[in-house]
Amino acid sequence: MEELNALFHGFAVALSPLNVLLMFVGILLGVVIGVLPGLGGANGIAILLPLTFTMPPTSAIIMLSCIYWGALFGGAITSVLFNIPGEPWSVATTFDGYPMAQQGRAGEALTAAFTSSFVGALFAVIVFTFLAPLVASFALKFGPPEFFSVYLLTFCSFVGLGKGAPFKIIAAMMIGFALAAVGIDTVTGQLRLTFGWTEMMRGFDFLVAVIGLFGIGEILQSMEEGLAFQGKQAKINSRIVLETWAKLPRYWTSSLRACLIGCAMGIVPGGATPASFMSYGVAKRVSRNGPKFGTGQVEGVVAPETAAHAAGTSALLPMLTLGVPGSPTAAVLLGGLLIWGLQPGPLLFVEKKDFVWGLIASMYLGNLAGLIVVLTCVPLFAAILRVPFSIIAPVIIVICAIGAYTVHNAMLDIWLMLLFGVIGYVFKKLDYPLAPLVLALVLGDRAEDSFRQSMLMSQGDVSIFFSNALVGGITALALVLLFWPLGASLIARLRYG
Amino acid sequence: MNRGADTARGVSTRAVEIIVAGAIFALGAMVVFDSIRLGSKWASDGPQAGYFPFYIGAIICVCATVVLLYALVGKHAGPRVFVSWPALRRVLQVLGPAAVYVLGIQLIGIYIASAAYIAVFMIWLGRYSALLSGAIGCGVMAAFFLMFEVWFKVPLYKGMLDPLAFLGY
Repeated sequence: MEELNALFHGFAVALSPLNVLLMFVGILLGVVIGVLPGLGGANGIAILLPLTFTMPPTSAIIMLSCIYWGALFGGAITSVLFNIPGEPWSVATTFDGYPMAQQGRAGEALTAAFTSSFVGALFAVIVFTFLAPLVASFALKFGPPEFFSVYLLTFCSFVGLGKGAPFKIIAAMMIGFALAAVGIDTVTGQLRLTFGWTEMMRGFDFLVAVIGLFGIGEILQSMEEGLAFQGKQAKINSRIVLETWAKLPRYWTSSLRACLIGCAMGIVPGGATPASFMSYGVAKRVSRNGPKFGTGQVEGVVAPETAAHAAGTSALLPMLTLGVPGSPTAAVLLGGLLIWGLQPGPLLFVEKKDFVWGLIASMYLGNLAGLIVVLTCVPLFAAILRVPFSIIAPVIIVICAIGAYTVHNAMLDIWLMLLFGVIGYVFKKLDYPLAPLVLALVLGDRAEDSFRQSMLMSQGDVSIFFSNALVGGITALALVLLFWPLGASLIARLRYG
Repeated sequence: MNRGADTARGVSTRAVEIIVAGAIFALGAMVVFDSIRLGSKWASDGPQAGYFPFYIGAIICVCATVVLLYALVGKHAGPRVFVSWPALRRVLQVLGPAAVYVLGIQLIGIYIASAAYIAVFMIWLGRYSALLSGAIGCGVMAAFFLMFEVWFKVPLYKGMLDPLAFLGY
């Protein structure tokens, strides 16, 4: 019950007038970001991060995490009305959400999507409240080998759970590590990979990479597609909302299943997208309405949205407790913590109780605020998408340039942003995944430090990663995930001869 | 927009795949060479600075080689055309001006370059009138100026020539 006391203390922190105001500002900004092409949760938060440097950290993280919730809600709007998934994990929402909109049931689809998002997030936050302190106190016993094995698990799970070609996933990840190594080596102080270029001493900042890869890259891709948004109209009024709410309890089994899938997959990095697909797939197989999925079934919206939000929320758990972000957006939030002088990881739960529980309480309140905002303002947000692309696109590029500049007040970063934009565009089209690249860029230094410390402990003997049950278990699991695609294709080949 | 005709001809996926894999290999090789220069072995005080990056570079080279071989053998499931010519033109219509825009930032600063960029983009690709485009460009940047310089006190880049020096920010 210690958690409940701490949680109520957290509510007291989160409910200050300033924080409530920031919560609503964050949600509004988040939905706008989620709706606009070229701006998503990750790069939207990256751009706004410098503006929060002067705020108290608790208020800042409340606003930024609310931007994240807002962006998650916003993704559903574009999926249902425009058949354009705002985030990768809203892809499955388009399967039944867009057909519903085509049948003139957009309001029903959106209400179902928002409500199930809320349910999924709420479930995940409750799990978070009780699980996070346990994980954190467990992780206090971790030494460098354990941390390295957790990093290894993080990266191997991208290979094991990713859908693309394994070698491309590994290549993208290693490029991230290589970029992270540029600059001054933290241990020896030597310059690495700068080739005598002094401006490179600072290294590549992942915020700049995120803004370029996701922002500029997506604008280029939208431009290529010629982009004329053909949206459906949405009418949401209290009658539709209440009618839909009356129907939703019928799908409680799908919803519960989706919550469980989402939480389990969300804690594993890169899990939100597979979670939404898996939840949709399972619901399709198990549900009585299964064969009708894809034609505009409410259940086909409930399943992926619930799982995606549960996963998106629980992705913050490893970020906060272990310092290992589960998604690019969580990585950006982690970057924020570091800039505010907070070291994410188990000690945060001991040393910064106000901050941690304020954040957890704000997850409850933020999602509630989010539900209210999106249900009342859908037409407004849909109108944003009707602003012609030739006005939106240059403004977003300008916002990206400003965001890239403010990270370090460096002109070079704007050039790098442009370069990362081209890389993002080409990589996306060739199926090199961007998330592992970003995560490797964020975690590169710390993964390397923990690796080197482990190697020092063991005098260069790799068997230290199997030296006890805990570290051995995590490492073994990581290796299983790493070789999963190989094993799976071998089994498939044996079976189909 | 007639998509069917659009996708018929263009840059082949295979060519781009090969070029990208080659570039990634070059990057990996660069990392390996610099790591060897720094020392990628074990010194008396522990692993040298290039110890970790050396393996990173090596793995990059291996992955790039595999991807390259796949592309050369032609085992590729994706679409044959990476980007059609008209689509490439649209992409370059954004990318080219964006590069000019960044150069503009370098010279005359974020505010003026951005206002001009938004206006030109609207006139050129959106076929809006010069008056409306100019108004939107200046309006957006004036709002940003207030937000960054005045409220949040975050100074943005004013350029080498600093034409806005008279404002005193």
